[in-house]
Amino acid sequence: MERIPILRIGSLLLVTIQVDLYDDLALQLQDDLSTRIADLGATGVLIDISALEIVDSFIGRTLANIAAIARVLDAETVVVGMQPAVAITLVELGMSLPGIRTALNVDLGMEYLRQAATGGDGVGTDHYAE
Amino acid sequence: METVSEQIITRSEILPIRTQIDLVHVRQRVRTLLSEERFTLIDQTKIVTAASELARNALEHGGGGQMEMSLLAVGARKGIRLKFSDQGPGIADITMALKDGYTTAGGMGLGLGGSKRLMSEFDIQSSPGAGTVVTVTRWK
Amino acid sequence: MIKLLKMMRDNQDRILTDWLDGLKASARRRDLIGDVEVKEHARKILTLISNPPPNTVLEDFSSEGWQTVRDQLMEISISRVAHGSSPSETAQFLLSLKPVMFKLIREQLTTAPDELFREIDVTNNFVDAMALHIAESYIQSRDKVIARQQEEMLELSTPVVMLWDGIVALPVIGTLDSSRAQMVMESLLHAIVQTNSRFAIIDITGVPTVDTLVAQHLLKTITAARLMGAECILSGIRPQIAQTIVHLGITLNDVVTRSKLSDAFRLALERSGRAVVQKAGQAPVVAPVAGVS
Repeated sequence: MERIPILRIGSLLLVTIQVDLYDDLALQLQDDLSTRIADLGATGVLIDISALEIVDSFIGRTLANIAAIARVLDAETVVVGMQPAVAITLVELGMSLPGIRTALNVDLGMEYLRQAATGGDGVGTDHYAE
Repeated sequence: METVSEQIITRSEILPIRTQIDLVHVRQRVRTLLSEERFTLIDQTKIVTAASELARNALEHGGGGQMEMSLLAVGARKGIRLKFSDQGPGIADITMALKDGYTTAGGMGLGLGGSKRLMSEFDIQSSPGAGTVVTVTRWK
Repeated sequence: MIKLLKMMRDNQDRILTDWLDGLKASARRRDLIGDVEVKEHARKILTLISNPPPNTVLEDFSSEGWQTVRDQLMEISISRVAHGSSPSETAQFLLSLKPVMFKLIREQLTTAPDELFREIDVTNNFVDAMALHIAESYIQSRDKVIARQQEEMLELSTPVVMLWDGIVALPVIGTLDSSRAQMVMESLLHAIVQTNSRFAIIDITGVPTVDTLVAQHLLKTITAARLMGAECILSGIRPQIAQTIVHLGITLNDVVTRSKLSDAFRLALERSGRAVVQKAGQAPVVAPVAGVS
């Protein structure tokens, strides 16, 4: 079965979602990530959704689950690269992705994760997306 | 004497909703049709997202069903109509079901109400034991 | 009409000269379209009319064979619209062909009054049909220009400006109706992505009134930007607007607001880890604050 690859950069894990997520694939991703975070002692997870043209409530749930699992394992999660059309649709849909930090791109996302890992107060990242 | 413009169905397709892969196909087929008919990117995103929500509902709550996709034309105006039907347990309280946050299966509870907001027209027929039919339309 | 066309071919130069002389005599605004261009248009039309493709239904201007003439008239109308000629001037260009043709026909058919009348009748109808066609084309061309100008105006009215690295501003001017608000939202979100700006300032100094719908649109825009990872600051809220907002019961709890754009800019600079530093004897400078990116 296909799996979504997980890359390691230092103590951070990077996931790029490029395919249409279906249930089994999403579950597999959650599984793989949990294992990798624990094995590595990762401090952060970056999920790149810049290729996703559709984010429905299922994907929203998946992202929320990943963030929750990571938190339990003491890692921060940031979702990057949301497309404008997706953001507009999510607002209309009423989905606010609670508990998920977002950033515009991989660079900004990594910056956030690094600061979060060193316990910085995160000046420069947004305080308002909760 | 007034004449009402007729609604003409120019294309129609039925897709099964029986497995999780069918959900992927539903998204792809709707997207392809919208792209061919030159809906704007934002509209495409909204419609495909609504389709994804409703198809998932049919699968998870309705035990599976089908989607009928049709292209409509009223005069010069074009629209897309998606009809999701299942033979599942039906919805007892539709008003409750349309409220955001209402969920019976641990989801975010946004499927029905959210889909309604994303489309121009929304109709739901459902009662316990009689299955559910949700019909949504979006005009270009 | 065949004889007529042969007449035109045999006398093309003279018809052209007489036609142009007639135009010069009657033209009120000669500066609008140059003589050279008028001559070129006239010459083209004459050539096309006197040499229709075989099997053309000659007396019916709407028939297929006359398509090239119709196309040429459309081109001329586009040029006239661009030059600012009026619709009647444009139609007059064709109508002034009549006296020239009538004169020629009368000379050639003095001895055949019935034929004379017939040919004049045909010519009259044909030129009228051409004049009507060019008037129609003129209107179509002008409508297209207006539509394009409207689009450009709409785009111009929602420019997104980059204030600093990672900070964009959208000064909104004019009333915000539904479709415009949609456009504003899309422009801003795209600009945020393109410039990688973590901060977006929406300035509504130029918006005369804010009602519930407008407020909703602004809120949606701000929420969408936040979802993407950018923060919005709403500035330029005039006192009357602030009162209206409270009056309407609109809550801006989650929204950061500043009354002036300069304040919003300062805030964005601070939040992105920068400060404006005044060095002794020098103009202030924007510098990164040590230890913060």
